[in-house]
Amino acid sequence: MIVFDKPKALTDAPLHYCPGCTHGIIHRLVAEAIDNLNIGGETIGVASVGCSVFTYNYFNVDMVQAAHGRAPAVATGVKRADPSKIVFTYQGDGDLASIGMAETVHAAARGENITIIFVNNAIYGMTGGQMAPTSLPGQVTQTSPYGRDTNTVGFPVKVCELLSTLDGAGYIERVAVNNVKNVRNAKKAIEKAFRNQVEGKGFSLIEVVSTCPTNWGKTPQGALEWLEENMLPYYPLGVYKDKFAEEAAK
Amino acid sequence: MADKILMKGNEALAEAAIMAGCRHYFGYPITPQTEVAAYMAKRMPKIGGVFLQAESEIAAINMVIGAAAAGKRAMTSSSSPGISLKSEGISYMAGCDLPALIVNVQRGGPGLGGIQPSQSDYFQATCGGGHGDFHLLVLAPSSVQEMADLVAKGFDLAEKYRMPCMLLADGTMGQMMEPVSLEETKQEACEKPWALTGTKGERKPNIINSLALQPQELEQWNEDRFKRYEIVKENEQMAESYLMDDAEYCVVAFGIAARVSQNAVDAARAKGIKVGMIRPITLWPFPEKVLKEAADKCKAFLSVELNMGQMIKDVKLAIDCKKPVDLCYRTGGMIPSPEEVLAAIEKMQKEGK
Repeated sequence: MIVFDKPKALTDAPLHYCPGCTHGIIHRLVAEAIDNLNIGGETIGVASVGCSVFTYNYFNVDMVQAAHGRAPAVATGVKRADPSKIVFTYQGDGDLASIGMAETVHAAARGENITIIFVNNAIYGMTGGQMAPTSLPGQVTQTSPYGRDTNTVGFPVKVCELLSTLDGAGYIERVAVNNVKNVRNAKKAIEKAFRNQVEGKGFSLIEVVSTCPTNWGKTPQGALEWLEENMLPYYPLGVYKDKFAEEAAK
Repeated sequence: MADKILMKGNEALAEAAIMAGCRHYFGYPITPQTEVAAYMAKRMPKIGGVFLQAESEIAAINMVIGAAAAGKRAMTSSSSPGISLKSEGISYMAGCDLPALIVNVQRGGPGLGGIQPSQSDYFQATCGGGHGDFHLLVLAPSSVQEMADLVAKGFDLAEKYRMPCMLLADGTMGQMMEPVSLEETKQEACEKPWALTGTKGERKPNIINSLALQPQELEQWNEDRFKRYEIVKENEQMAESYLMDDAEYCVVAFGIAARVSQNAVDAARAKGIKVGMIRPITLWPFPEKVLKEAADKCKAFLSVELNMGQMIKDVKLAIDCKKPVDLCYRTGGMIPSPEEVLAAIEKMQKEGK
C-alpha cells in the first residue's frame, strides 16, 4: 500500500531550488491542496519573477508566466475571463511586496476571487541576495551590507497586517514551514485558501514564512533556526483576517 | 449597410469592439481616450461582458494578458503616457505570442506633454514599443468610420498571427464626431489550442511564457517570430492611394494628418500641380510596396506628420532614398493647416523640378 506519493498536481521535473530551500515543501502543499480539492483540471496558475519563476515547470496545470509583480493583475484577467477556473499566483516577497505592491493591494481591495501563495524569505533569492521589502532590521544582504538601517531605508512591510485592513480581503493567514507542526498548519491554510475560491467566496492570501539558506549564508538547519529566532517574532503566525468565517458566524 | 449614426471616434471604436466579439475590456482613465472606458463601463455589464477599471495602466495590460491567455478577445485603451506604462506588458505579450488589441489615442509628449492630438508615438508603436526584438501590428484610422472598421480587422489579424495589435489613433480621431455605420462583424474563426482553459486531466498543461534562459532557444523563438513577421509584411500591408495615377509628387500621411493633407492635395491640383497622396493604414507593416511603386514615377515625396519627423524615416527606407523626401510637421498637439501643407507641396514641386 502506498501511503506517501507525489501529488498529481506536480510534474516529474526536478526542482531547481537550493538545498534546504523551503520552496519544495510549499510546492508540495499547494499541489496537495489542488489534488485534495480535485481541481487540477480546472486550475490555472500564474508564475511570478524570482526563484519561483519556473513554477510553470513544476505544477501540472495550465500556467502563465507574469512580469515581475504583475501576477495578481494577470490572475485577475484569467479569472474574469472564466470565473469557473481556479486561479492562483505563487509569488515571492520582492515580487509581491515591492514591485507588485499595487497589484497585490488592489486585487485584495477588489475582493478578486483568486488565491495568492506569498513566499516570504526576507531576501531577493534569484538575483543573489539583495535586501527585500521584508528584510529584517539589521539584516545583512548584498544591498544592505552593513545591515538594514531603518533610518535610511525604513522598515519591513508586514503584508498580512497591511492587507487585513482592506474590506475586500477575505482570508489572510501567515504560516511557516520550519517544523512539522507549522507545515501541517500551512497545509490546512493553503487548502482553505483554495477552497474559499472553489466556493466563490473571494480573495485569499497565505503568507508562508520561508528560508533562503544560500543567501542568508546558513546551513539548511541553521536557516530554520534563524527563521524561528528572527523571522517569527517580526512576522507572527496566525489568521489576520477571515471575513468568510465571520460572515458564516453571523 | 446599417444606418449612419453620429458618434465620437472613441465611442465608435468601443462599440465596434463589442460587435467584433470583445467581451473583456481593462482600462485606466486618461485624456483623450476616457470615453472608451466610459462606454465600456456602460455597455459591458448589459451584455455579460467584463469592464474593469484597473489600478494602473500596468495592471490593465496585465489583465489583458490574463484574459488573452485564457483565449478571450481582450482589449485595453490609453493615451501616450499610459502606453509607455503598458509597454512592459506589450513586450511580454509579444514574447508570449498573445493576441489582443491595444488602442493608443495619442496626445503630445514627451513626458506628461499635453492633451491635444499628436502622432509622436509613431516610433514607439512601429518599432515595437517595449524591450526586445518584436513588432506590433499597427493600424492607423483616419476617420470615425475607420476607428470602428479597424477594430475587427485588428482583432482578426492579432489572432491570425498571434501578435498584439495597436490601433494608433490620435486625440482628433478619438474626440471628433462623424457619421458612422456600425455592423456586426463576422469574427474570423480562430482555434486557440494554446489557450489556458484547464487541462481537464485530458491533455498536458498549456504554458504561456516568454522566458528562455538558454540563448539558443531564445534565438530560435525570435527567429520563428520574425519569420511570421515576414508573412505579415508580405500579406497585410494596407494603404489608400489618392490621385496617384498621374502623380508626379507624393504626399505621405496617416490619421488626421492625411485628412488635412487631402485638402491640400486638392488645392494643389486646382493650381495644376500633379500631386497625389499615399495614406498608410498599416504603419507596421509599413506599406512599402505601394511606396516603392510610387518611387519609380514620382519626383519627390512629402511626409506630413504631427511630430518632429518620425514616419519620414520609413518613407525614405521604403523608397530606398531614391527620391528626395521633405517633411511638413507640427508638434506638441498642433495640427498643420491645409495652407501649410499646400505651401510644403509647392516648395517640394519647385525644388523637385
